[in-house]
Amino acid sequence: MNKTSILIAALFAAAGFAAAASAQELTGTLKKIKDSGKVVMGTRDSSAPLAYTLGGGQYTGYHVEMCDRILDTIKKQINAPAAKTEYTLVTSQNRIPLVENGTVDIECGSTTNNAARQKQVAFGLTTYVTEVRMAVRANSGLTSINQLNGKNVATTTGTTSVQTLRKHERATGVDFKEIYGKDHADSFLLLESGRADAFVMDDNILAGNIGNSKNPRDFIIAGEVLSVEPIAVMFRKDDPAFKKAVDDAIRSMMKGGELDKLYVKWFQSPIPPRNSNMNMPMGNTLKGLLANPNDRPMEDYAKK
Amino acid sequence: MNYHWEWQVFLRDDGSGRTYIEWMISAWGWTLSVAACAWVLALLIGSLIGTLRTVPQRGWQRVGDAWVELFRNIPLLVQIFLWYHVVPAVFTAFKDLPAFVLVVFALGFFTSARIAEQVRAGIQSLPSGQRMAGQALGLTLPQTYRHVILPMAFRIVIPPLTSEAMNIIKNSSVAFAVSIAEMTMFAMQAQEETSRGIEIYLAVTTLYVVSAFSVNRVMAGIEGRVRVPGTIGGGK
Repeated sequence: MNKTSILIAALFAAAGFAAAASAQELTGTLKKIKDSGKVVMGTRDSSAPLAYTLGGGQYTGYHVEMCDRILDTIKKQINAPAAKTEYTLVTSQNRIPLVENGTVDIECGSTTNNAARQKQVAFGLTTYVTEVRMAVRANSGLTSINQLNGKNVATTTGTTSVQTLRKHERATGVDFKEIYGKDHADSFLLLESGRADAFVMDDNILAGNIGNSKNPRDFIIAGEVLSVEPIAVMFRKDDPAFKKAVDDAIRSMMKGGELDKLYVKWFQSPIPPRNSNMNMPMGNTLKGLLANPNDRPMEDYAKK
Repeated sequence: MNYHWEWQVFLRDDGSGRTYIEWMISAWGWTLSVAACAWVLALLIGSLIGTLRTVPQRGWQRVGDAWVELFRNIPLLVQIFLWYHVVPAVFTAFKDLPAFVLVVFALGFFTSARIAEQVRAGIQSLPSGQRMAGQALGLTLPQTYRHVILPMAFRIVIPPLTSEAMNIIKNSSVAFAVSIAEMTMFAMQAQEETSRGIEIYLAVTTLYVVSAFSVNRVMAGIEGRVRVPGTIGGGK
């Protein structure tokens, strides 16, 4: 071979190495998963059917299963199929700090995507839309928030429902007494024990807690919709590679009909632990989102 | 440090026409109310029980022992849940009591067990001759306690009582678990709403420190003024 062809061959080899190197140059969370061999999923203990615990460190739910599949796709993508998924319990208070400081890589629970939170974390495509309503005892005859004058209303500390209730109180002049449970199970207990006359929260959490209670038929979800909130998975900000990976995985599940099937499995069929059926057919907003996914925050829904 | 401080968050409206700083002050008021009411209850009952543990009659001693062991062996948070969820279910008379009263009972009785032990230690640190001398002078046992023993014992235990008073302010933070709108609950909820956790928690911490330290200084002032130089609790 003459000098020119050796030079050309060397250039091709160098280009080949450079290409290979940049293809493997992972950043942010993807790099962390590849290097540490594990990914930490934050999840909830009583946000059925999105994310809840079956006891013994086992977590399950619509978002948990969806995230398992997303992470499987990502692990194959970054060539780390043996990476383990570690499940960590988070609460309404600590979910954002834990994602920010790196303890949790992706939070798959029931977190509302809103503008204030987007200053601290990033959200995936919206995969569930919840409406804030109230759960009451079936025999209480309450059908609207405005009938709660002078009554006790329970909600969970650290959730968006607290602020929603406060704004509603101010707007309509209805004066009720707020009682705060420290988590959803505690707030539902307040309703069950009679300390509260209504429990205001996202409708899926209400349905989940009613379904898991001792006598589900004693409770109903009633009242008008106080707020429409997009729920999505949450991860660190300023990590476009990870966001793209997550969004791509979600999009392909939406287009391929996988998310539809997952929805039916968790919202319209019997689910553990008590084989209760949430009986919540997919609403129009979510159907629209599956056709045209986006990650717009809650404030955009309120403007409609 | 390139954290972007935003102290104006306290002037923001929280959705009901009230600024966060107004909410924080109201929460501070709740903290101090819970602590003050529980302290009064704890001091009265604790002194009584502590005294009972030192009297010669075995029956009264057993009452005191039972009280202290019951409230000392259960964690405070568990006691709060027992008072809030279990007691109203078992004793229906308690069902209509507001949560504030139940929390004051829980915190008060928990602290009373600790105060009882401190008062007992103070009484037993006095020479037994004090009680005998009092009774030899013709005082009955209650009179001896009232005029001879307890005045000296309380002066001795003012330092541990100061700690308990400061503790009760800090322990009042567990009231958030049963929906008292005190400072810890404010901190958790406001942090979630404004996403400015550092500023909120710094402010709440400062208020807790100010409250506890003021109690400390008040008790130190009391200690100085009631001191009787030359007695067992009086030396400098």
